[in-house]
Amino acid sequence: MTGLMHRSEVAVSVELQTPDMTLNIGPQHPSTHGVLRLVAKVDGERIEEVEPVIGYMHRGYEKLAEVRTYAQITALVNRIDWVAGFASEVPFIVAVERLTGIEAPPRAQWIRLILTEMARIASHLVFMSSYPLELGATTPLMWALRERERVLDLIESVTGGRFHPNFNRVGGVKPAAGGGSKTKKISMDLPAGFFAQTKTAMEKVLHVCDELDELVTGNEFIKARTVGIGVIPPDKAIEYGLSGPNLRASGVDFDLRKVEPILPYDEVDFDVVVTTSGDCYDRYVCRLEEIRQSARIVLQAIDKIPSGPLQAKVPRVLKVPEGQVYVRHENPKGEFGYYIVSEGGRMPYRLKIRSTSFSNLSILPWLLEGQLVPDLVAIMGSLDFVLGDVDR
Amino acid sequence: MSFWATLGLQVVAVLAVMLGLALVTIYAELKISAHMQSRIGPYYAGGRWGWAQPLADGLKFLQKEDLVPRLADSTVYRLAPYVVIVAALAVWVVIPFGPSLVVRDLDLGAFYVLAVSSLSTLGVLMAGWASANKYSLIGGLRAAAQLIAYELPLLLAVLAVVVQAGTMSLSEIVAVQAEPWFVVAGVPISAPFIVKGQIIGFTIFMIAAIAELSRIPFDMPIAESELTMGYLTEYSGIRFTMFFLGEYASMVAMSAIAATLYLGGYALPGVPAATLNVVGPFVLLGKVALLVFLMIWFRWTWPRLREDQLQAMAWRWLIPLGLLNIVLAGIFKVVL
Repeated sequence: MTGLMHRSEVAVSVELQTPDMTLNIGPQHPSTHGVLRLVAKVDGERIEEVEPVIGYMHRGYEKLAEVRTYAQITALVNRIDWVAGFASEVPFIVAVERLTGIEAPPRAQWIRLILTEMARIASHLVFMSSYPLELGATTPLMWALRERERVLDLIESVTGGRFHPNFNRVGGVKPAAGGGSKTKKISMDLPAGFFAQTKTAMEKVLHVCDELDELVTGNEFIKARTVGIGVIPPDKAIEYGLSGPNLRASGVDFDLRKVEPILPYDEVDFDVVVTTSGDCYDRYVCRLEEIRQSARIVLQAIDKIPSGPLQAKVPRVLKVPEGQVYVRHENPKGEFGYYIVSEGGRMPYRLKIRSTSFSNLSILPWLLEGQLVPDLVAIMGSLDFVLGDVDR
Repeated sequence: MSFWATLGLQVVAVLAVMLGLALVTIYAELKISAHMQSRIGPYYAGGRWGWAQPLADGLKFLQKEDLVPRLADSTVYRLAPYVVIVAALAVWVVIPFGPSLVVRDLDLGAFYVLAVSSLSTLGVLMAGWASANKYSLIGGLRAAAQLIAYELPLLLAVLAVVVQAGTMSLSEIVAVQAEPWFVVAGVPISAPFIVKGQIIGFTIFMIAAIAELSRIPFDMPIAESELTMGYLTEYSGIRFTMFFLGEYASMVAMSAIAATLYLGGYALPGVPAATLNVVGPFVLLGKVALLVFLMIWFRWTWPRLREDQLQAMAWRWLIPLGLLNIVLAGIFKVVL
């Protein structure tokens, strides 16, 4: 047939070749939360294929841990997920405690619980500020960070650090700021006025949740950008090992605080927030509701916290017996676990960190295929990852 | 005065007023956004209230290196910011500030305004193409798509005003709005077009104007969380300043057009016609300030839409509504 056509006709009948453009998103890009790099093949604004390139922030914590004592490792692990530093310390210290057979006294456990929930609030408030920003709304950023500052101030007043508390000790918690390690006075405990300030801060946090409800949750533009976008069905969520709000937004009721509590979560009353549709909007709503639940936990905990010592008796040089242990905990972003292999001695033989964002990010290529570039930002933001948590 | 002297004076006047207004608008945006976000905003520059912040920023930009990417189409790249700012400034030629305070009262004023204001998109497209950057290219093409989607509703909205006023001259459109509408107890009462049935037209015009200005919720061509800075990505120094000033100058210009077409321009019910040459500019600026505030308010409250959602909104809602609005304007003109 072609042979009968004139040459110009042949040229016209050939379909126009539109080569795909390779768009390199990151490692320096405003919405990749640091140094994630996405190599996207785009046809116009439609993404055909995306390959996340990670490792730009690899700090080798697993290797570093092999030449550090257990007490020194706490200073590393709270740098993994820095927006919730305290929460990633707890499972490590509990793992060491399980290996050595030391148990922290109840008051220390309750302080851990309060601070973990505060870290969760701080982490989710960062999400509340950055996610609307990625969709183009700038004001929620300021409102959410304003209240986060109160929470961080409280964490600082107890631990001495805003991001990197380094507060947990094997068998308890560090004597609070101003205490000093050898004094056994009352000043070692939580700072004066902590409970009253916490109550105020939690009220403010609950208030800003209501404000965000008005500004963001019900907003038609936000809904237009997020409802039905980036839907993760429950089976896919489980297949890719998602956890935390990303999993619960898909309708899977799984919260390690209920399933495998390593802190006295069974003594406080709270609901696991589960939403059904698994889209970006639900992941947002899920986190907003979790802030409220965390505030509820903190308010109960400051009423229930028992008095007593902060530290169990621990030998001066901590030698961990041979053995293996895996301890996981519900980090603000999901399941966060440490697998410690000990051959005896002061340092672990191997430390495997199961970091949440790394697993949560693995669904990205599947999820982004066929989406638009603006939706890429909406979907990526809704997964709420931290690059330090991805690369370790 | 000779022709050239008059022309020179007019050019200087437009430039001074326009760039001054753009700076004031930038300051207003800094301060209003700050107060919406529980911040203070600029505070130290200029001694009090940070009033000199836009000037200080401008001076800083002037000192910055003017980078041209190696692969960029140098001529087009350098020219683009001036196309944008000239388009914004040229609109002011036909805006009447008072009965005789107008640079050129063109018979086709409304047509001229629409034609010139959409030229800025050409500058954006040039910038996007010439930058030799993929993000810039996507931003530029988004701007072009946006122009096509929003020029029609804008035209339809203005057409309804033209139908109702029976003229395309902006001075006469203002004069028609200042005419007595009806008389109550011997007092003649005039009303701008927004009261005389053009509320739909005004809404369409404002939505389309914000889309044409690429401001949130329609700032997809810039969209810093997606395209870093869209067509602005590669620009620095004075050329970035030109874009920046052009953006705010266009914002003021669009508000001035809206104020002239729908809010009665320099005329205000109750202000005697004889004083309008003195009071008129302030009345117009007051109305412009109101509309600029509206745009700033939107920007700091809403997120951005997606390009396809914007297109759907334009083609499914604004264009049919615009057509309906022309019919309504005709009925209004015949009946009342």
